[in-house]
Amino acid sequence: MTALFWIAAVVAVLSTLVVVTRTNLVHALLWLVVSLFAVAVVFYTLGAPFVAALEVIVYAGAIMMLFLFAVMLLNVRADSPVKVPGWAWVGPGILVALLLAELVYGLTRTSPSLAGAEVGPGAVSAALYGPYVLGVELASMLLLAALIGARHVAARARDELEAHEAFARGAAAFTPDDATLEHEPAEPAPAPDEEWPPAQTPPASPDGAWEGDA
Amino acid sequence: MASVSLDHALILAAILFAIGFAGLLARRNLIVVLACIEIMLNAAGLAFVAAGARWGRADGQVMFLFVLAMAAAEVAVGLAIAIRFRQSLHSLDVDDADEMKG
Amino acid sequence: MLSLLWLIPTLPAAGFVLLVLFNRRLGRTGATWIGAGSVGLSALVALLVCGSFVVSPPAGDAYHQVLWTWLDVAGFAPSIGFYLDAVAVIWALVITFVGFLIHLYSTEHMEHDEGYTRFFMYLNLFVASMLVLVLADNLLLLYLGWEGVGLCSYLLISFWQKDPQNVYCGRKAFIVTRVGDTAMIVGLFLLLTQLGTLQIQPLMHAAQAHWAPDSGVAIAAALLLLGGAVGKSAQVPLQTWLPDAMAGPSPVSALIHAATMVTAGVYLIARTHVLFQIAGDARLVVAVVGIVTLLIAGFSALVQHDLKRSLAYSTISQIGYMFLALGVAGWEAGVFHFMTHAFFKALLFLGAGVIIEALDDEHDIFRMGGLRRELPAVFWTFTIGAAALAALPFITDGFYSKDLIIATSLGSVDGNAWFYVGSIVGAFLTALYSFRLVWIVFFGERHTEVARRPRWRQLVPLYVLAALSIIGGFVWMPVWLGGFNPLQTFLDTALPATEFTGTHAAFADSALAAWITIAIVAGGIAFSYLFWMPWRESTHAFAESPAVRPLTVFWMNDWGFDWAYDRVFVRPIRWLAHVGRHDAVDYIFRGIAWVNVAAWRTLSAGQTGRLRGYVAVAGFGIVLVLALVVLR
Repeated sequence: MTALFWIAAVVAVLSTLVVVTRTNLVHALLWLVVSLFAVAVVFYTLGAPFVAALEVIVYAGAIMMLFLFAVMLLNVRADSPVKVPGWAWVGPGILVALLLAELVYGLTRTSPSLAGAEVGPGAVSAALYGPYVLGVELASMLLLAALIGARHVAARARDELEAHEAFARGAAAFTPDDATLEHEPAEPAPAPDEEWPPAQTPPASPDGAWEGDA
Repeated sequence: MASVSLDHALILAAILFAIGFAGLLARRNLIVVLACIEIMLNAAGLAFVAAGARWGRADGQVMFLFVLAMAAAEVAVGLAIAIRFRQSLHSLDVDDADEMKG
Repeated sequence: MLSLLWLIPTLPAAGFVLLVLFNRRLGRTGATWIGAGSVGLSALVALLVCGSFVVSPPAGDAYHQVLWTWLDVAGFAPSIGFYLDAVAVIWALVITFVGFLIHLYSTEHMEHDEGYTRFFMYLNLFVASMLVLVLADNLLLLYLGWEGVGLCSYLLISFWQKDPQNVYCGRKAFIVTRVGDTAMIVGLFLLLTQLGTLQIQPLMHAAQAHWAPDSGVAIAAALLLLGGAVGKSAQVPLQTWLPDAMAGPSPVSALIHAATMVTAGVYLIARTHVLFQIAGDARLVVAVVGIVTLLIAGFSALVQHDLKRSLAYSTISQIGYMFLALGVAGWEAGVFHFMTHAFFKALLFLGAGVIIEALDDEHDIFRMGGLRRELPAVFWTFTIGAAALAALPFITDGFYSKDLIIATSLGSVDGNAWFYVGSIVGAFLTALYSFRLVWIVFFGERHTEVARRPRWRQLVPLYVLAALSIIGGFVWMPVWLGGFNPLQTFLDTALPATEFTGTHAAFADSALAAWITIAIVAGGIAFSYLFWMPWRESTHAFAESPAVRPLTVFWMNDWGFDWAYDRVFVRPIRWLAHVGRHDAVDYIFRGIAWVNVAAWRTLSAGQTGRLRGYVAVAGFGIVLVLALVVLR
């Protein structure tokens, strides 16, 4: 068990390091998936198989998929031009080293060993339906809120985009006339720029607004 | 089988947290920043689980579950914001959002 | 009748107030009637009051009228009160009467000026202040009048304020007299703290009672008051302002800088003569100031080109005579000379005003000439004035007063031969420069055509003053001419008679000394005729010759006083002001502000608006807090 723990620990640390240093976004995310898998194994060695499974299913499965979907939607170029220069790591490195030192020092005052017994899903569920039932309800509300919030935030993005495209379309056929200008509502109309979004044929569905170059 | 020492688990959690924090400070890509936040949350959850395993109780795992739920919620909203961010500023560089300057 | 005393200063003051309040609505006619009328009324009242005083003098030869108590602080309670005695009578009559003539003159002289009403406003205020000065019964009220005349002098010198040069002259006058005023106020403080009162008569009694003769405090107080007198009367070393004060209109020069304000110093010393009687050294200083001034100004007057400047220097010189007289305890002689001088000097200035106006604002005497036939009235009156100034024997009042002073300077117990010689030389110089003006301005060939001629309002004052310049001296004839001296008898009621007990008193009082004076004066007139009529070219050549020219320039520039003051006082102060213009103390406050702003800039620089920066700071904070927790 401890051997498994050590291997998984090393893998987790190394892959996390890779995540943080990759410039290729998709690669970084995939390495994060690896790290999460390794942490799941660590959970298992700590006698928590339930959360190990949860880690894989929810974290590596759902959350990272969400990341990758977002990356796909954002049309990020595979090799983003933003490269972090070497010297940019110095400051964070020092700060983090200090933090790590303190944490390690603070966490290793005493050194008891683990109980070793496995705490299975049954025990966890009993706890969830027992003393932590309120927490469960709250967590579900949080998720609901996040769901609605994310939808709203993203929807506004889509609305703005549609308005922008409509304007871009309409501007070509629009001849400025004093009479009509007065009836125009004071709408802040951003000047259409080349990059985003390019003047194109309107998408067939209102949701497919992310075509074209970015 | 020999048990894993609590110290080691906690040190692992600390290292993972530190790496995530360093990445948060150093990287400028918004998605990577969000990923680093996930790393840190994960490390915290690891600490919880290790603590719970030390006493052989389910409480640590329950906390991890809540942390997980919260992380998921946060990622969802965060990525939606990232989309809006990209739309307004036309880049994913975190440093470009400096309207609060001064 | 005597109770009308308070009206004398109040009428011009009322005129001033009316002119201020109803400036616009009054117009020219209103200003004329109120401006000149108030002073005319005041002259009438003065005539009545002073006539009544002379005819039936009140008890103690003085009339005291208290209107109300000005203030009452810690036992110091000066009053608004008026005190009339022989000295005040002379001054009040001169101020109101000559003042009225000058007002009448001004109605024509200033009639084309746009500041007509303003002019009468200031003139009325001046007359009111001067009357307050001479009628005041305590030194504080006197000082009020003193300051008032100083203010009006400034306002009237810079009357044509659009020209900054005029304003500069006004400012110069004010600042120089201020130096004297400061000495005077310190003297007033000294008197008040030492003797407890500023009421003049009680003060004089107290001084006599408490202060030993020639004691330090008496000399100090007397010298401080002398400082004020020197400033106001334009004596050395504060005489530099008077020649520049000629920038004002001619009526101003006549009234303020010839007849009245500049004699305020003489009045002050005459009023506080007890103090000067006690402090013998101060008296000596007064006499020395007088003799030095009359000689310096006499030489300066000899070489001036500007008509009014020449008259200004002659004023300084004649007041030097008055100071000389006061300094040798010839109190009454000084007052007598003041009276005669007021007549002929006002006459000369008014005449000069007519000439300047007639020649369209021409001031240079060498561009005048031949005006004898063009302006005959002015010629005769001006010549009478010049004759009085030169002390033409027997028929001018200047002769009697000046001869009296010359005699006193030798014969008085304080007199000595130096004063006598100096005053004789001064008389020669006076004759020389006064008739120089006559020859140059009225004789010879015409260089400038006459543009306008004076009318009755300008001519009548000239006639009246000319008449006074002739008959004004007959009120005090010397002994060897009959000794008809009602003025002396009158003044004896207020001033101590001069003790003619000097070492040469017998000689000084004799007819021989008088004939010497007459000869000197006649010689002066004769020489002036020679220098500036037949020998004019050679005189000019002589003055321009390289040996003599520096001397001429030196005299013309007031013996370098202006130059010296500029170097010693004006430039260092200007330099200090320039250096300190950034206000060193202000730096401290600006420093505080600067520190704040610098701190703000520094802290603002930390607000980059970037997420990572904020996270870094938060991380740093976490590290610190953890350190505290972990290491405790």
